[in-house]
Amino acid sequence: MPKVIKTKTEFEGRVLEEYVVVEGEGLSAWDAHVPLQFVGKKTTRVDGPERVTGKALYTFDVQLPGMLYGKILRSPHPHARIKSINTQRAEQLPGVRAVLSHQNTPKISFRRQTFLFDEVVRYVGDEVACVIADDEEIAQDALELIEVEYEILPFVLDPEEALQPWAPRLYPDGNLLGGQPELYQRGDIERGFAQADVIVERTFRTQCALHNCMEPHGSVALWEGDSLTVWDSTQHIFGVREGLARLLGLPLHRVRVIKKYMGGGFGSKNNLGKYTVIAALGAKMTGRPVKIVLDRHEENLATGNRPASVQHVKIGARRDGTLTALELKAIVTAGAYCLWPPSLGGPARELYACSNVKTEQYTVFTNTGPLSAFRAPGYVEGTFAVESLMDELAQELQMDPIELRLKNYTEIDQTTGRPYSTKGLREAYERGAKLFGWHEARTPPAALLSRRHAPKLRGVGMASQIWSGNGMPPAYALVKLNPDGTATVITGTQDIGTGTKTVLAQIAAEELGFPIEKIAIEIGDTQLGLYAPLSAGSMTVASVGPAVRVAAHEARQQLLDVAAQVLEVPRDSLTIADGLFRSPALQKPVAVHEVLKNLENFMIIGRGAREPNPEDVAVNTFGAQFAEVTVDVETGEVKVERIVAVHDSGRVINPLTLSSQIEGGIIQGLGYALYEQRVVDRNTGIVLNDNLENYKLPTALDIPEIVFEMIDRPDFRANNLGAKGVGEPPIIPTAAAIANAVANALGVRIYELPITREKILKALGKV
Amino acid sequence: MVTKAARPRKRKIVVRGPGKTSVTLIVNGETHEVLVEPRRTLLDALRKDLGLTGAKKACDEGTCGACTVLLEGKPIYACMALALECDGRTIETIEGLARDAKLHPIQEAFIEEDALQCGFCTPGQIMSVKALLDENPHPTLEDVKRAVSGNLCRCGAYPKIFKAALRAAELLRSRS
Ligand code: FES
Ligand code: FES
Repeated sequence: MPKVIKTKTEFEGRVLEEYVVVEGEGLSAWDAHVPLQFVGKKTTRVDGPERVTGKALYTFDVQLPGMLYGKILRSPHPHARIKSINTQRAEQLPGVRAVLSHQNTPKISFRRQTFLFDEVVRYVGDEVACVIADDEEIAQDALELIEVEYEILPFVLDPEEALQPWAPRLYPDGNLLGGQPELYQRGDIERGFAQADVIVERTFRTQCALHNCMEPHGSVALWEGDSLTVWDSTQHIFGVREGLARLLGLPLHRVRVIKKYMGGGFGSKNNLGKYTVIAALGAKMTGRPVKIVLDRHEENLATGNRPASVQHVKIGARRDGTLTALELKAIVTAGAYCLWPPSLGGPARELYACSNVKTEQYTVFTNTGPLSAFRAPGYVEGTFAVESLMDELAQELQMDPIELRLKNYTEIDQTTGRPYSTKGLREAYERGAKLFGWHEARTPPAALLSRRHAPKLRGVGMASQIWSGNGMPPAYALVKLNPDGTATVITGTQDIGTGTKTVLAQIAAEELGFPIEKIAIEIGDTQLGLYAPLSAGSMTVASVGPAVRVAAHEARQQLLDVAAQVLEVPRDSLTIADGLFRSPALQKPVAVHEVLKNLENFMIIGRGAREPNPEDVAVNTFGAQFAEVTVDVETGEVKVERIVAVHDSGRVINPLTLSSQIEGGIIQGLGYALYEQRVVDRNTGIVLNDNLENYKLPTALDIPEIVFEMIDRPDFRANNLGAKGVGEPPIIPTAAAIANAVANALGVRIYELPITREKILKALGKV
Repeated sequence: MVTKAARPRKRKIVVRGPGKTSVTLIVNGETHEVLVEPRRTLLDALRKDLGLTGAKKACDEGTCGACTVLLEGKPIYACMALALECDGRTIETIEGLARDAKLHPIQEAFIEEDALQCGFCTPGQIMSVKALLDENPHPTLEDVKRAVSGNLCRCGAYPKIFKAALRAAELLRSRS
């Protein structure tokens, strides 16, 4: 009988509780010494050919017969009330099929704080109306014909200002999310500081960063009778289905969400977007399929961001380096709306053994584009602050930065008191230091002054990483065996570019004993797939992989039952490998399809569900990164020469796709450290660099040498694979390591990201 | 003094548009005649009128390279050219690379080296690499970096794109 139990999941620094139904017996992870054929082997992407030939159909590429296009009119004001909208002229433009606004659509509550079409706009870029037309050019022309009369309201852009009593309010109950700060405390912070021999205290600032996934956000909506099908560029098809059904009053079985290929999300596609609901409404109104894809400017205004932060951090320590108190107060810019505030205090609470810790977070509404999750939300920002200050403390105590970190090492999760299931951070420090040549490369701070006059300064720095490592049950999978000896794996997850499909194929091939070419992976369809959680929080493999393994295991058991009877050999004597049955009782191996073909269209179906997370341990990922930089003292240019990374994410399933994720995370971290920053005009609230010309992403010319190693040790408590996530860990410590390297090079620290030339020259006293 | 080059040449002035006008595009060796508005970009003509959605649109303003195709063998941003400008000219897109269901060595190398994550920038990257290797069969790492420096990859597949391009060069040399 299925058993219903509650399980806890740590998701992006917050703990959620979910019901999970457990059936049958769990599998335990493959032993470390069991030789595996597919798992742990470099495997090229199973969908590589589609992706390199241009055949992969992204949501952006979907074109249906009779399809119309939607374009959204966005607010030019940071804060205003819409007094009237006149759409008449737009509607008269030939080719325009409908204009949607609050006047002709139901009042649909959206993300708690607003409506699908709200009568108040709260940032430059907020949705006002939408034109549906025969082609994009016509829709674009029509936007200019819509007349909107606004009552301009006072606005506030700066979060610290927004907290002042006199500040303009976005919402009647004020600008602070939840009405009070989020507070975490353990021990006695005051006593902790009283016990300290040394106290360091600084204010750090981080910028607002924009995702800029290459595939813009977008949806295509099609109605067939009362059934709605939506192609959506999303990290969570089941979440989009639930949202659409709820907002449009539809039963779940009438809503189908499809996402086959996606051009990046990085957290910005975790949730249902307004454009999706508008496309569905527009398609209903016009009786035609409707496609809405955002342009690059809209991407940079309205699809989320890594919010800017101000962090006051204070650390107290004894002479020997033992931390006695750690305090972090963060002010986070929510922008106009906020669904899921990032948790900036996470690293302060978790990274080090410290009995007196206090974190306090103010998430503040402002009249700017709304925040969203962005690859390791909160932890990238929080790690920059905490790991920078740890370096200052090390300098103060004249300790090596790694020595200080090891002094405060913990095998116990400081927030729950549970031991870590596995923790390879000590090894990451050691291996990283060796790979990097840390002890040789490190220049003592005293040597810095004499190097001031060199045209280029060189510096090294390091930083640590912690992030959750659990999966997020529930997740389900089916494995069906076809009569020709091939298998189809069905689940409702999504491959957002990480290589999920390939990893699932490896797991199924391993468990079934089939060649990997005989496995097809079907994901990204709510109607045909089974529930899987969102692809975020570095959880996809750890959530869905175990379910696939159980399903494949069950299919294999059935296959063995059947084969034993057909081949008339003892079941226990049978094995399956390379798609062949072998047994001492058989003269020669028999192919799987030889057995199945006698059974006509008999079908074996294996079912699998993700087991609950363990209750008695904390499941996390860890890592350390080392950076070497050179700084040109004349121009202020920072060049990252190399990054060495060592991470512990449990068992590595595919070293090839994993290495891509690691490199990609580091490169995004490098962009965040040095170049990326949304710039908003103080007087108008307009984003000045809402394009790829002026918002600087790392290019091919900015890439340092990247060397990395994985600890690669299965975590037997994490799940039946022993694997944890790897999507987010590599971006977490990069900016901190680079900032520490820059501080080491300059002998002066820069407390604000990005570390631009201007800041360097200022720090050097040159401007 | 009027130089020869500056002397107005006698040319028939053709007025096209407003409204749709006929354009001939020679894409991957096939000649297509399409009716497009004069403001239609080459990228939209390829994607919408010819259904060739391999070239991607990530910015539509010449800043990302996702739309890279070859025009008369040279890499261009297809979003920055009007279809009209390409009248009668040859265009090569990602769809033209694989022949007889066999991947082009650049495509093979991209798969082998895992030079893609989400894959959205990939067709553009591959076309930039193609243009490079057509010109220069012996590129250095620096050549490769420069050749794809106009192709953004937000997933950060760069290190592997470099490797793939060098590997493809080797493959091509060994096969020719
Ligand atoms: S779409 Fe052409 S350069 Fe970006
Ligand atoms: S692979 Fe995703 S943008 Fe390049």
